[in-house]
Amino acid sequence: MPELPLPQSVPLAWYLILSAILFTLGVAGFLFRRNVITVFMSIELMLNAVNLSFVTFSYKFKQVDGHIFSFFVMVVAAAEAAVGLAIILTIFKNRQTLEIDEVSSLKN
Amino acid sequence: MDAILFLLFAAIAVVCGLNLVLQSHPISSALSLVGVMGSLAVLYLLLGGEFIAAAQLIVYAGAIMVLFIFVIMLLNAGTERKLPRRLWVKYAGLPLLAVFIGIASFVIQRMLPVTEGVKFGAMTHGNPREIGRALFQIYLLPFEVTSVLILIAILGAVVLARKEID
Repeated sequence: MPELPLPQSVPLAWYLILSAILFTLGVAGFLFRRNVITVFMSIELMLNAVNLSFVTFSYKFKQVDGHIFSFFVMVVAAAEAAVGLAIILTIFKNRQTLEIDEVSSLKN
Repeated sequence: MDAILFLLFAAIAVVCGLNLVLQSHPISSALSLVGVMGSLAVLYLLLGGEFIAAAQLIVYAGAIMVLFIFVIMLLNAGTERKLPRRLWVKYAGLPLLAVFIGIASFVIQRMLPVTEGVKFGAMTHGNPREIGRALFQIYLLPFEVTSVLILIAILGAVVLARKEID
């Protein structure tokens, strides 16, 4: 069986490219989806992608600061999820809809 | 072995991320997001971030996603309606995103030396001891401010969820 041409150690760039791909998927979901909960989950996906690059750079510089920053990002994401989901609940109570295109009172 | 693990879990993350964007029911998207977070936790472990991997599983995949799924079930959210999109969104959106990925990958490849690789076990600073030391010595003030932020978020969530708007 021939040996697969895999490198002994994973290049650091692969992690960052994976992070870019996940971030782009998050942007795509944020822009193209209409359900407000799915849009919110796309934001979480983007935050996760950024966390991956933080941890990768933390590995590169052999310092712990990147981990601390991604920890803070997690905390802020938790707070954001609590407030955001409360807002979604309020929107649903008042308008009986989850479509973001129908919640456009601030337009114009 | 490192490369195999990385490729396996990166593939899982990308497939679950694609599934998140493509599924029309929010609960499927939420479960895909749990998949993304789980595989990212494994990647953090490969990068030597033990504490961050555990926090990812507990805080993100545990707490936040349970909150999401709880709200989805509470609101009884159904599948999305298909509406016609604007023409330029339809034909320019995906190519632009692909161009963004291409440019980002190119810049990353150029910036980082190719010889440098990630070896499991080379980073030993990610254990809870080091994290705690940094968190409670250098980053003590941000940490305390974060606790205030969470308190405000809890109060805000309770007030918002109780409020009656006419």
